[in-house]
Amino acid sequence: MSFLRSAWYALPNLVRFVIRRLFVGVLLCLGITLVSFALTQVVPGDPVSANLGDRAASDPEIVAAFRARYGLDKPVPQQYLLYLERLVHGDLGESQQTKRPVTTDLAQYLPATIELATAAMILALVLGISLGVVAAIGRDRWPDQVIRVISLAGVSIPTFWLALVTFYIFFFKLGIAPGVGRLNPGGKAPPSITNMFTIDALLSGQWTTLGIAASHLVLPATVLAIYTVGSITRFTRAAMLESLSQDYVRAARAKGLPERTVILRHALRPALAAIVTVAGMAFGRMLSGTVLVESVFSWPGIGQYAYKSALALDLRAIMGVSLVVAAIYILVNMAVDIIYALIDPRIRLG
Amino acid sequence: MSDGSLAPAEPIALPRRRFLRRSVWTQPLGLVGAGLLVVIVLLAVFAPWLTAHGPVDMVAKRFMAPSAEHWFGTDQLGRDVFARVIYGARVSLPYALQLVVMAAVIGTLLGAIAGYFGGWIDGVIMRAADLVMAFPDIILAMAVVAALGPGLFNAVLAVVVVSWPIYARVVRSMLLTIRDEPYVQSSRLLGVSAMRALWVDVRPNVVGPLVVLAALEFGHAVLILAGLSFLGLGAQPPTPEWGQMVSDGSKYFDKWWLSVFPGLAILLVVLAANFLGDTLRDALDPRTAKAFR
Repeated sequence: MSFLRSAWYALPNLVRFVIRRLFVGVLLCLGITLVSFALTQVVPGDPVSANLGDRAASDPEIVAAFRARYGLDKPVPQQYLLYLERLVHGDLGESQQTKRPVTTDLAQYLPATIELATAAMILALVLGISLGVVAAIGRDRWPDQVIRVISLAGVSIPTFWLALVTFYIFFFKLGIAPGVGRLNPGGKAPPSITNMFTIDALLSGQWTTLGIAASHLVLPATVLAIYTVGSITRFTRAAMLESLSQDYVRAARAKGLPERTVILRHALRPALAAIVTVAGMAFGRMLSGTVLVESVFSWPGIGQYAYKSALALDLRAIMGVSLVVAAIYILVNMAVDIIYALIDPRIRLG
Repeated sequence: MSDGSLAPAEPIALPRRRFLRRSVWTQPLGLVGAGLLVVIVLLAVFAPWLTAHGPVDMVAKRFMAPSAEHWFGTDQLGRDVFARVIYGARVSLPYALQLVVMAAVIGTLLGAIAGYFGGWIDGVIMRAADLVMAFPDIILAMAVVAALGPGLFNAVLAVVVVSWPIYARVVRSMLLTIRDEPYVQSSRLLGVSAMRALWVDVRPNVVGPLVVLAALEFGHAVLILAGLSFLGLGAQPPTPEWGQMVSDGSKYFDKWWLSVFPGLAILLVVLAANFLGDTLRDALDPRTAKAFR
């Protein structure tokens, strides 16, 4: 053991940090399977009668076969292990609604959500960081006050309501925005490469399709970004205020560098590293938001899938979505932490 | 397993003193927030005197546009939307309050236990908090409601399940510091029981920041609860709940007043709570404020 210990401490700090972070990520992923298994256990009602018809449920032989097939006759801890085993094989059960394996459904709907969330995240980062920098420069003067109210409003607007209102104004009244969905009605999807329509259209050079897909993306992505813009703005402001008060910023000013360089090079760059971490956490909130935004814009992603499944009380589908989304969230944050450690030498890896 | 990226909680030094600067009551934003909240509560309390119509009475023709007679118009069943919106405050506010209180009490207890006792109890509680925070909130809440069955109270329970960890974290990180303060150490040496030490020595330090956190979280609670109702998992018709009303109205797209007014009500409540919470946070001792996300 002491050999292992000394070997471990012989590793460079960074490697140790990455390994530890990966380990925590795997543990968290295991933990979320426990949570989702526990939730399926508390469901009131008998899974047998829920899954078999009345006639089949009254036949003891069929019931026994069903229980044996899904391991329902085994003790709960063993059921969890069986559940894990199926999970490892990519088996999340069958959706009651679509009558297809949940894994197949998720694979179909996930790209649309990733496309939407990525577009929204880019928008939120650009807007949030710009507003935050402006607020920090004009600290306690009117730009700061105005931006504070804007960012508070951003985190206060109900997403689903904003989606409806913007759709009503820009589609119904002004006719600027295209309708719901990812393409115009009857529009042909670009060749399937990543199933993110903008990227596929770009890769295959279908410029008209690219334009249509992008125009359909604008409104939902903007609505989805609003909440995150608020939180990134506030965090950027705080991080900028801290780095603007550092000695190296004063030194840069003292040696007569233009203010623009001081702010962008000397103050924003160190602040950016911290902002990335917050953006990783904000990503989780954004994944939540997709449920609300997609259901308004009929965006065929996993958010809308989750919504439809929740309405139909299709538990396997919902568990599948929450597992996948939580796993994505954990992986994104793990990646962010590791990238952060790689780019910022000052980080304590302890 | 040490704290992952989701847990940047660090111990904070907490001197015993007033936790808010007095100047907080001169901040315009905080005043606006407090004022708005008072007005909304008054509207909810005096709803029966403010409108002649009940929230579920069919009083006029369907789909009447806003007018002097019906300020916010009428809905698909000829109910007065203004009446439904102000009666809606009687649904949304108490449930949101109940939810915040439940989450705060549970989170505080668990956080206090974790912080005071440390060791494996601390490990178990904080890892559970990490797990819950690993799920995006609405999605976990949806799964919980789907398991329990739709309904406003189940939605509240679901949101409690997803929102206690933030309180546990803040309380724990404050406790880690207070635990080693001389006055806590000395009462421990005098043989005071853990419960009494928590109550007498620790509570006064924690209550202030907790109130601020609850104010900040209140808006969030209203939003998730309304979101769940919008998705059809919370309040069921004909309950005049704002999220449910927005969802109902969205089926009649050209009748904008059905959705716009209840949504504005949500926005105003959340904005007011955030204005107030934000001002209070700024007024907190900066080292305490650090524990907040």
